[in-house]
Amino acid sequence: MSILQVKDVTKRFGTFNALKGVTMEVNKGEVYGFIGPNGAGKSTTIRILLGILQASGGEATIFGKDVWKEAVEIHKHIAYVPGDVNLWPNLTGGEVIDLLLKLRGVNPSISRREELIERFKLDPSKKCRTYSKGNRQKVALVAAFSSDSDLYILDEPTSGLDPLMERVFQECVLEAKAQGKSVLLSSHILSEVERLCDRVAIIREGEIIEAGTLDELRHLTRTILTVKTKEPLTLNGVKGVHDVEEKDGELVFHVDTEELDRVMKLVSEKGIVKLESAPPTLEDLFMRHYEGAEG
Amino acid sequence: MLGQLFSQTGRLSRFIVRRDRVRLSVWILSIAFVSFLTASSFTGLYQSDEERQAIAETMMNPAMTAMMGPGYGIDNYHEGAMMAHQMLLFTAIAVAIMSILLVTRHTRTDEEEGRIELVRSLPTGRLSTLAATLIVLFGANVVLSLVTGFGLSVMGIESMDLNGSLLYGFSLGAIGLFFAAVTAFFSQLSENGRGTVGLSFAFLGVAYLLRAVGDVSSEAVAMISPLGWILRTEVYVTNVWWPIGLTVGAAIIVIGFALYLNVRRDLGAGLLPSRAGKKQASPFLTSPFGLAFRLQRTAFISWAIGMFVLGATYGSVLGDLESFFENNEMMREMLAPDSDISMTEQYLTMLMAVISMICTIPPLMMMLKLKGEEKKQRLDHLLTRVVSRNRLMSSYFTLAILSGVIMPFLALVGLWSAAAGVMEEPLAFSVLFDALVVYVPAIFILIGLGAFFIGLFPKWTGVVWGYLGYSFFVVYLGAILQLPEWLGQLSPFGHVPQVPVEDMNVFALVILFMVALVLSVGGFIGYRRRDLA
Repeated sequence: MSILQVKDVTKRFGTFNALKGVTMEVNKGEVYGFIGPNGAGKSTTIRILLGILQASGGEATIFGKDVWKEAVEIHKHIAYVPGDVNLWPNLTGGEVIDLLLKLRGVNPSISRREELIERFKLDPSKKCRTYSKGNRQKVALVAAFSSDSDLYILDEPTSGLDPLMERVFQECVLEAKAQGKSVLLSSHILSEVERLCDRVAIIREGEIIEAGTLDELRHLTRTILTVKTKEPLTLNGVKGVHDVEEKDGELVFHVDTEELDRVMKLVSEKGIVKLESAPPTLEDLFMRHYEGAEG
Repeated sequence: MLGQLFSQTGRLSRFIVRRDRVRLSVWILSIAFVSFLTASSFTGLYQSDEERQAIAETMMNPAMTAMMGPGYGIDNYHEGAMMAHQMLLFTAIAVAIMSILLVTRHTRTDEEEGRIELVRSLPTGRLSTLAATLIVLFGANVVLSLVTGFGLSVMGIESMDLNGSLLYGFSLGAIGLFFAAVTAFFSQLSENGRGTVGLSFAFLGVAYLLRAVGDVSSEAVAMISPLGWILRTEVYVTNVWWPIGLTVGAAIIVIGFALYLNVRRDLGAGLLPSRAGKKQASPFLTSPFGLAFRLQRTAFISWAIGMFVLGATYGSVLGDLESFFENNEMMREMLAPDSDISMTEQYLTMLMAVISMICTIPPLMMMLKLKGEEKKQRLDHLLTRVVSRNRLMSSYFTLAILSGVIMPFLALVGLWSAAAGVMEEPLAFSVLFDALVVYVPAIFILIGLGAFFIGLFPKWTGVVWGYLGYSFFVVYLGAILQLPEWLGQLSPFGHVPQVPVEDMNVFALVILFMVALVLSVGGFIGYRRRDLA
């Protein structure tokens, strides 16, 4: 069941086309990764989804409702954490958490709030002006995860957290997922996306250039192979093989996934002594798209 | 060691000038320009010496003294004496405001935003930022003094010679430097920019009030206030220079304190203690209106007290005013041939216009806070929850409207209670009430205009402040400068019936109220439709 649907959404700022037709879909119980470099349109898309910006064209719905017209209704069931959390300097963290929870119109669970404050190691009695970036982010995270939302929209939520707190964050996301909640996670930390997300969309210059499960995406890319053969192996000029390097009598090279079968046959003819294969990381995927774009 | 504390001060000074070249020029030129404009309009305003002396008589009453300071050279009230009497104090206040805002901007605000941390991580001294800011402000005030001084002297007005004009200029500059020093001092005490501005403005307000009370009743009290010192220069009359030296000397001592405190404290810390806060929000806070109020609670309370004190200050001179008119047969006949209207009541209408415009500042601040919150991206937290834009905007709007009613009311109570204490025939509360309440629709128009700009032209909200400034200029100075009537009517405050001198014109009030309503509705509709920053 689809929770969030974006169809061909565009956004112009003056003459600048920030989004040139973004399409994506997040299903119930799914963690959806949204990656792309700065300025690619991640935050613009998210701000449209939140009804803060109005799309210039296309259609975006959450729970089947229009994100601009029915923003308030939608917001009863979503939680949002921005990457750059600006808080009111003269309120305490505890006050802000209560305020943010209350404004969702439901009575928050006190025990859940206390538990999360404990887990994120936040001192709620301090004024927000004394908080570091990471602590401000914790305030927003505690407020988001102690709400009982159906969809979590997280825009680079961990950019100021230390590795321990990042782990707590990941636990929270997985707990939400286990309860059948959906998450839209925009992030720069690709290992985090890899660990958490069921499906991923990559955005570049206002367009989604790739979307699917990690496996599907990997399919589109190259596998890294390290081989040692009995007879000498030359792969130069073979179709689908890239970046061949020789190290201590071993060959390390990248193979296009669709050519893998043919290349493996070539290699096995030479008698395999050692064979290691590594799936491409999200980072490889990401870099390939961007380097390809620049070249 | 000392050299290290001030390392790179020169470079930082140049950087501040670079950052603020437009801001500084606009401040200096507009203050100088208003001075030139006023001076030139004084010439030819009165045809004969008799007229000038007549106006001098009207100026010589306790209420005017409280508002503008003591008049010197009354027996020969030439243009120079008029200028010094009617313009010096208000221009000096404008210069003080310039210094307060600029110093805060480069000290506490920069520190709060983490920019000073960046500068301090470079090979710069611990006192360099503060010293550079003060050097730039010193320079700016000297330039202002010279531009105003020489400018006034070359206008060729007989009574305004070079010596007097330079003294006029340096009186402004000295006050500017003094308030730069005071703000530098307060920026060490408070932890944030808002607090610094608040403390500095409070200091300015107290200085003004002490001087007002002192000028009317006791020379010694007036001499506590730097604004009192500066008026003792008797510009264009006897041209006394020592108050300039006194003011600059005091500024240097305050700067010394500020530097001492700055070197003692940690970056980001204030010397006023900060307490541990609440772990939980009170039920009142957890609504958009509660938040809007809580964020501005301190400002609200300070303004409320300020408005009461302002009213009481004006009220306290009404008694002196009454006995003054009582004893001055000639003036009574000259200014109030229509004996139904007392002089006090005439004075009251002008007073109410001034009070109502000052009372417009807090509601406008509370309305425009919505824009400030947007700029700091804090509205996202609310709008991504179950808060509609209408509800959000109406929280700030309601708060503005409330303070637009409460502030004038408090000023009124202050005025009435002080007047009742000092007058032999106290004014009825209802007379005062009517005289002030007629201005409330005009205050609402300014609030509505604020909402209108936030909804439709969010980049231009500053225009609203300019419009209030314009209103003050035409309504307050319009009478003195005899500006054409249509200039006054461009401001809502120019359309308010001057009760009790004029009849209550309900129709005009309804029109003003409707304009306020239309502007507000336009603002709400626009706000619902536009993109937020």
